[in-house]
Amino acid sequence: MLNYTIRRLILAVPTMLFISFVIFAIIKLSPSDPTAGLPLTIPPEVREKIREALGFNEPFIVQFFLWLKQLVVTEPLYWMNQKFGTEFEIGQRMISYQTRSPVLDLIVQRIPQTLWVVGTSYIVGIIIAVPLGIISAYKQYSVFDQIGTFISMIGFSVPTFFTGVLLILIFSVNLGWFPSIYDTTHVVDSWGSFWYQIKQMIMPVMVLGLFNAAQISRYMRASMLDNLTQDYVRTARAKGVKEQTVVLVHVLRNSMIPVVTVIALNLPSVFGGALITEQVFQVNGLGQLLILAIQGGDVPMVQTVTVIFAVLIVLFNLIADVLYGMLDPRIRYD
Amino acid sequence: MSGGVLRNSTEEVPVVQKGDSVLSVQDLRTVFHTQDGLVHAVNGISFTLAPGELLGVVGESGSGKSVSMMSLLKLLPMPPAEIVEGSVHFGGRDLLQLSDAELRQLRGGDIGFIFQDPMTSLNPVFNIGFQIMEPLRIHMGMNKKQAADRAVELLELVGIPSARQRLRDFPHQFSGGMRQRVMIAIALACDPKVLIADEPTTALDVTVQAQIIELVKGLRQKLGMAIVWITHDLGVVAGIADKVAVMYGGQIVEYSDVASIYSDPRHPYTQALLRTLPTQEGGRTGRLVSIPGQAPNLNAPPAACSFAPRCEHVGPKCWAANPPLFDIHGQHSSACWLESEGGTA
Ligand SMILES: Nc1ncnc2c1ncn2[C@@H]1O[C@H](COP(=O)(O)OP(=O)(O)OP(=O)(O)O)[C@@H](O)[C@H]1O
Ligand SMILES: [Mg+2]
Repeated sequence: MLNYTIRRLILAVPTMLFISFVIFAIIKLSPSDPTAGLPLTIPPEVREKIREALGFNEPFIVQFFLWLKQLVVTEPLYWMNQKFGTEFEIGQRMISYQTRSPVLDLIVQRIPQTLWVVGTSYIVGIIIAVPLGIISAYKQYSVFDQIGTFISMIGFSVPTFFTGVLLILIFSVNLGWFPSIYDTTHVVDSWGSFWYQIKQMIMPVMVLGLFNAAQISRYMRASMLDNLTQDYVRTARAKGVKEQTVVLVHVLRNSMIPVVTVIALNLPSVFGGALITEQVFQVNGLGQLLILAIQGGDVPMVQTVTVIFAVLIVLFNLIADVLYGMLDPRIRYD
Repeated sequence: MSGGVLRNSTEEVPVVQKGDSVLSVQDLRTVFHTQDGLVHAVNGISFTLAPGELLGVVGESGSGKSVSMMSLLKLLPMPPAEIVEGSVHFGGRDLLQLSDAELRQLRGGDIGFIFQDPMTSLNPVFNIGFQIMEPLRIHMGMNKKQAADRAVELLELVGIPSARQRLRDFPHQFSGGMRQRVMIAIALACDPKVLIADEPTTALDVTVQAQIIELVKGLRQKLGMAIVWITHDLGVVAGIADKVAVMYGGQIVEYSDVASIYSDPRHPYTQALLRTLPTQEGGRTGRLVSIPGQAPNLNAPPAACSFAPRCEHVGPKCWAANPPLFDIHGQHSSACWLESEGGTA
């Protein structure tokens, strides 16, 4: 398993290179000027200087490797210098066109907000979905199953920007229960502020969480139904195993195999959903950073955030495969 | 759901003494509720099983062999299945009246089951040690260590070499025949009084089939449990059974000791079944014989003899009423009007 994981990680390197190259090419194909956002009073010669300093006039391929070098050499070295007081020679750090501050610093600032909202909502989604799927399948066509199916169809088909705004309208505007804007500067240092943190997280987490739960519970239900009719279930019953154990041990363990894969593979797409949810609730996370960067033509920022998403996708693909192998003894990766 | 529609010719079911039997089934009826209406899968079967006896149950596909045996311990999915009538006496109790918890104590404890397809009957994600130890821990209250020791014993008993190492192996690491041995070990784990084997060799190739039959023969001598052996192969039954029940259309149409079935088959269906057995004299030129006609329609309870449309001796009585089992001599009975007093159908 360890060998397999390492091999997969090494194989991921060319994949990542290719993905980042394609992203880079696509972004470069759209016309953008790093100085476009600057005040008009700046004379053209100065603008030219700025472009040159940012390496904007270099050939396409040189620019790509410059960016790559900044990401995989300069930034780690800078980080080591900061962390361990080493004194590596480092070049120019990657600079955001818009803000003129290092791209990675901005990203590192934003990641916690996104992780909090996305992570919590995903966990909430799984906690809702797994029992829902199990009960729906075990009591197929019961009232519970019908209602569950109805709700997940809604969760499935109604986009998060709609549910988000709807929740704001009901719970913030009309009822005034929860704040409509997520305050990222809020510091948790007491029970009161903790409570406030919960209140401001509830709506974004629920919007994303329900969306995730809708998907995962459908997979869970289908997978349980598939397994409940298998011969080994009859064998378990014929051994005198309690119904609860039959379902929650024998059937569940088998049903989790495809679902765990779906859960792991879906996580990156949740970041996509978070992008919209962050916009609706004004969470200043990665999603918002990306959207503003796109609007401002901030190539290095867009490039880097997108590649981070790509890394996550590749990483969770790997996690899915490893989990798959751990759950299913028939899969061996050697 | 009370008698009425479903009842027919039950008055003449021979009364069986419960005294010397481990298992006694009376007038068992099971239906399936489907979208196209009721399927009458089991239509009033009765039989008894003496301690240590091996009853072979034969009949073509769809004759209700599996459904009737699974009804005994309510192992069918309910719904769609419903046991509408009957009693199953075991250890002084009627199993059909027991609570779920009481039934569970018998399943895998006093009554063991082996199923047809060893490839799918074991749980693929648990090692076989876990799967053998499960009934031991449930019924015998053993701890992990005791159960593991007993599991090793059982695997050795069913002829799996280096048993202790293999406890950690998963089903996919065993061949079909080996998996069926594991299934047998599970069924025998708690020293059952009755073992129900539902076509345990059908999914296996011929040599493995012979090995499994030999294994069960030997185990039976060693352990002395009663066995119900379901098969559609009369040839297999000849070698191992004491008694034979021939099933057709959800009914037992002939019941006999094993010798008389071959020497003196009475029911036309049994006779036809025997003709389908390839004979040695037939050699290479002998053609496989089949019984002409189709399996009976199970949409209604039998009002006439269900074999009548395919029977060469069919007469007016056969269309008028469903024949009860007529005693021929001793343990031999046949559900055919030819055995009635006039001797005509
Ligand atoms: N779940 C079900 N729903 C509806 N009908 C069923 C169901 N299970 C079995 N039956 C019907 O019950 C009848 C008896 O089936 P059963 O499985 O007992 O046959 P069998 O004698 O064991 O045949 P085989 O040799 O193929 O195993 C068949 O006609 C079948 O169509
Ligand atoms: Mg069957």
